[in-house]
Amino acid sequence: MVENRPWVTFFSHAILVAGIAVVAFPLYVTFVASTLTLGQILSVPMPLTPGSHFWENYAQVLTAGSTQGAAAPVGRMMFNSLVMALVIAVGKITISIIASFAIVYFRFPLRRTFFWMIFITLMLPVEVRIIPTYKVVSDLGMLNTYVGLTLPLIASATATFLFRQFFLTVPDELAEAARMDGAGPMRFFFDVLLPLSATSIAALFVIQFIYGWNQYLWPLLITSEESMYTAVIGIKRMIVGGDAATEWHLVMATAMLAMIPPALVVILMQKWFVKGLVDTEK
Amino acid sequence: MAAISLRNIIKRYGKGKHELEIIHGVNAEIADREFVVIVGPSGCGKSTLLRMVAGLEEISSGEIWIGERKVNDLEPAERDIAMVFQNYALYPHMSVYENMAYGLKIKKMQAEEIKARVDKAAGILELAPLLDRRPRQLSGGQRQRVAMGRAIVRQPQVFLFDEPLSNLDAKLRAQTRIEIQKLHRELGITSLFVTHDQVEAMTLAQRMIVMNAGAMEQFGTPEEVYNRPATTFVASFMGSPPMNLLLNAPGGRPRTVMGIRPEHLVIGDTGWEVQVETTELLGAERLVYARLGTEQLIVRSEEVGTSVPAPGSTIRIAPREDRIHWFDAQSRKRM
Repeated sequence: MVENRPWVTFFSHAILVAGIAVVAFPLYVTFVASTLTLGQILSVPMPLTPGSHFWENYAQVLTAGSTQGAAAPVGRMMFNSLVMALVIAVGKITISIIASFAIVYFRFPLRRTFFWMIFITLMLPVEVRIIPTYKVVSDLGMLNTYVGLTLPLIASATATFLFRQFFLTVPDELAEAARMDGAGPMRFFFDVLLPLSATSIAALFVIQFIYGWNQYLWPLLITSEESMYTAVIGIKRMIVGGDAATEWHLVMATAMLAMIPPALVVILMQKWFVKGLVDTEK
Repeated sequence: MAAISLRNIIKRYGKGKHELEIIHGVNAEIADREFVVIVGPSGCGKSTLLRMVAGLEEISSGEIWIGERKVNDLEPAERDIAMVFQNYALYPHMSVYENMAYGLKIKKMQAEEIKARVDKAAGILELAPLLDRRPRQLSGGQRQRVAMGRAIVRQPQVFLFDEPLSNLDAKLRAQTRIEIQKLHRELGITSLFVTHDQVEAMTLAQRMIVMNAGAMEQFGTPEEVYNRPATTFVASFMGSPPMNLLLNAPGGRPRTVMGIRPEHLVIGDTGWEVQVETTELLGAERLVYARLGTEQLIVRSEEVGTSVPAPGSTIRIAPREDRIHWFDAQSRKRM
């Protein structure tokens, strides 16, 4: 702050607090609602302090699921989401890093063409290609399988780009020094490039994990058995319209549970980001 | 230890219509244990030449022999050489010890022998207390020593240096130059050292290759290159301030360039009449910039015991007859 007038400080703090309130308040309400009974939620006004049914609600949701709408245990759904998110994150990173390595460090015919093809796929989000993809996956008999959930989403142009940009900042002389030391390309890749890429990989892992975890449209299309539902689908399915009453306390509990793994990933990986930012120098 | 033989080395870039020849037939025989400096201005091809010896660039035509072997088709690691880069090229995530040990590990050497070699090199270069540090925790001079250590442990037949002192400050450069000389005296490994700095060339070389625009203009000892330059380029490149090259000096010959070094022109009562343009005091000596007809020349005079020539005045300077060089004006070669 250039100026040090007290009211400016107060004012900026007030705005920040308001911002946090706007973001955090719904989360707080969700948490509170997940600890109440249905009756308490439906009463007006809804209590704003945590209730006493925390363990009861969460236990029911994890093991048995809602009695309306989707009946799958949320524990199972979270497992599905976890598998999906992990496979997608790890798969995307592995495939893109190898692709970037090839594009940056090797000269081969049609190199430019392949690079532009990858670039063009950026213009085609999942939604645009969803019908042909569904047909292919269905024909291959991969509906309701983990493979079907993850494989079509596993190539990533963004990750390829990010790694390419990163590799371009690695000095050529490093590769030449490795060559003089007798390291072949793959040895250079594992011994030198991968360790240097650690922070990029950490950053991408967070992004791709959350992307995979939050996938809604694709898993919705491809899974029809409740045992293959992912957590985000589960939440939606529990909200039934029409005559049946939605069990809001269970829905809220599920929502809370669904938020935890991505939050954990971000918090745990933060350590790596900071370490990487502090350590950079070649 | 091995001799290096460069036989008609040509380097071309591009294909067909856009093909460019950037190195035009370099021939040189470098003796075993010799320290040869390749010197020339930016873009003359000296780094490209070094990289061809290293195996990092393909040789368009010609042969390179290291010792008894023709190495044209050998990978860098197979040529039994080691290289020190301008930007050190140390592996940032490995410690100093691991940086030096990496090449040996790849050769599947025993851990004890690796340790013995690394410790010995660290001793020679005074790196022993730094073995556990990462490159980012080292100063520029220390990093360059680690780069040299990495080269030494390989116990190669040839050392290649690609402008290793260019990233260091002036004082460190002088220090490291002396260390490199010491190293060469101790280890006696054939070395090729590339630089654009003629002072480095003069002080380090046993013989030097002076390159200009892809061609080798002279290959000789520092004394030969300085006192008997083969072309006007070599004459003006070596020595600071550069040799005066005059087409129309009194006593000159037609279609001939006369070369005379600033220190071989004496200010006195006889000689050429020149007009003083400006003078520069360097401390121990003074540079006088003068005009002879349409050409400019520089004279080196001692600071003590002479009067300062005033700008605009006319003075007489006499060249030392035994130090005049003659170059053909057309071919620029020594006559």
